[in-house]
Amino acid sequence: MENIAFQGLIGLSLAMYLWLISAGLTIIFGVLGIVNFAHGSLFMVGAYLAYTCYGPMGLPFPVAILLSLLGTGLLGFVMERGFLSRIYGIDEAYQLLLTFGFILILDDAVKMIWGGVFKIPPIPAFLDGAVPVFGRFFPVYNLFVIAVGLLVAVVLWLVFEKTWWGRIVRATAADREMAGAIGVNVPRVFSGVFVVGAMLAALGGAIGIPVRVVAPGIGAAMIIQAFIITVIGGLGNLKGAFVSSLIVGILSAYGTLFFPVFELFFIFVIMAVVLLVRPQGLFTR
Amino acid sequence: MSPAPDRLSPQITTLIVLLVVALFLLPWVAGRYPVYLAMQILILAVFSLGFNLLLGYTGLLSFGQAGFFAVGAYACAKILLAVPNLILGIAGGVACAGVAALLLGILSVRHTRIYFAMLTLAFGMMIYSIAWKWRDFTGGDDGLVGIPRAPLEIPGIVSVSVAAMDRYYYVVLVLSLLAILAMYRLIRSPLGLTLQAIRESDTRAEFAGVPVRKYRLIAFTVAGLYAGLAGALLPPLENTVTPPIAHWSTSAEPVLATLLGGVHSFAGPIVGAFLFFVIKDVIVRFTEYWLIWFGIIVVALVIGFPGGVMSIFARRHRRVVQHPDDADHMHKVQ
Repeated sequence: MENIAFQGLIGLSLAMYLWLISAGLTIIFGVLGIVNFAHGSLFMVGAYLAYTCYGPMGLPFPVAILLSLLGTGLLGFVMERGFLSRIYGIDEAYQLLLTFGFILILDDAVKMIWGGVFKIPPIPAFLDGAVPVFGRFFPVYNLFVIAVGLLVAVVLWLVFEKTWWGRIVRATAADREMAGAIGVNVPRVFSGVFVVGAMLAALGGAIGIPVRVVAPGIGAAMIIQAFIITVIGGLGNLKGAFVSSLIVGILSAYGTLFFPVFELFFIFVIMAVVLLVRPQGLFTR
Repeated sequence: MSPAPDRLSPQITTLIVLLVVALFLLPWVAGRYPVYLAMQILILAVFSLGFNLLLGYTGLLSFGQAGFFAVGAYACAKILLAVPNLILGIAGGVACAGVAALLLGILSVRHTRIYFAMLTLAFGMMIYSIAWKWRDFTGGDDGLVGIPRAPLEIPGIVSVSVAAMDRYYYVVLVLSLLAILAMYRLIRSPLGLTLQAIRESDTRAEFAGVPVRKYRLIAFTVAGLYAGLAGALLPPLENTVTPPIAHWSTSAEPVLATLLGGVHSFAGPIVGAFLFFVIKDVIVRFTEYWLIWFGIIVVALVIGFPGGVMSIFARRHRRVVQHPDDADHMHKVQ
């Protein structure tokens, strides 16, 4: 019993990485109507930037995360203003292809700059250690990850529901033409949302560096899981993305415990079934 | 993609004849590597032609074609390991991929656009996870090895050995040319024209009495058959199959080839398959990072040539809009 609860806690921390990358994917789809295939690559770039600042450059961990967010945000800005904004009007197949082109560029660029080998920087001292939970020792760092994920969820909720900025973004998502007509600077909202989405992915990548490996393939692995989550939660539904992150994260923690062989298969079955039966997602009315 | 004239111009016909003659003479004049490369190009060309029947002619972007490619490859490999008969292996591979495409197609064509892309991605990755995890049948991550380049055999009547690379090349060449010819006929048949009508406007096609979903399913199944043929040609060439051929990054290869060559012309995917391997071959001589250059080419094509590569969509919408305000409007137009 303790084992099951403990594994659930492991799953919860896993869910938070998934939540951070899915949150960005979701708000970008919700507002811009674009499925950003390259979102996993932004997650990866965030991880590598944080690694460079924290590992080789020796900056404090929080500073490294901050710089990684700024760098990835800038990259997102260039992607959106320089490229995506030119093709909002055309068939979405080409928007997918454009972001796919960015995967190829970013993944290879990362290999050129950082090489193909795995990197694992040390856990920062103030987050190292373990605390007893359910009779076993649970890493403090995982608690930190859970806290960051929950904090982001609360902040996003507050911003979207309670602030003027949130209302502008929601208005643009609901009807961009009407929002533009009443004076909203739609292109600026689009850029802002894309940059924030990119930074959320970078945060997921950056906080993972001491405990997950930093390697060129992490982007491709994450984007597929993030797709699954955003589909289950409903494309563009932020609350849905949070709940389905928890479900997928915790299920895969149990999955590796009980039926490791077919974990991958069942997750895709769930994704397909949701798309067929409730394409709007499980958590959208 | 304009409704092509029924007869090709004399210049084009001459060019095609010369090209086909050159392809048949290739093993006589070129070494092993160009022949091997030509087979890779032909296989990708067949794969991409099927893909473009969906994207270019029916307006559906599939990210799961690698799944059917893998079904064709694994089925062919399993048959050849049990019964060393190339005809049986390739026919079996194509048939299995066609059945898989028909069954998954029934589900997939319930959606279009982004949901279709996601659904095909999920199905493709399901096949990938089966190839990876069902160790007893597929060999897991080791894959299947020692697949023979079995003879073309009709038991009791004839048996032709194709074990030599040059001979197998002719198998690939003839089957690819037949597949290209069949697709050319299909595009110009009433079926092909109906698919193009659906791409232009599914609502209008529906009103004209076209069972849109049924036609999309036919296109999906044919695309699956082509992916299966391409996949089935691979194991006798490489003597192995491994799970990565089912991964979504393999699905991206026909996407890249088609985009390079152009979705707007019948020959686009074929030319694109050629460009794909030639560019890759040239780039890898200078740097191991060849994907970054492909990425740059993809981005440049999508951004830079809306009138060329994307002329079908440009024609549908008349203008390529810059302003996000118009995007929503465009969705309604579709």
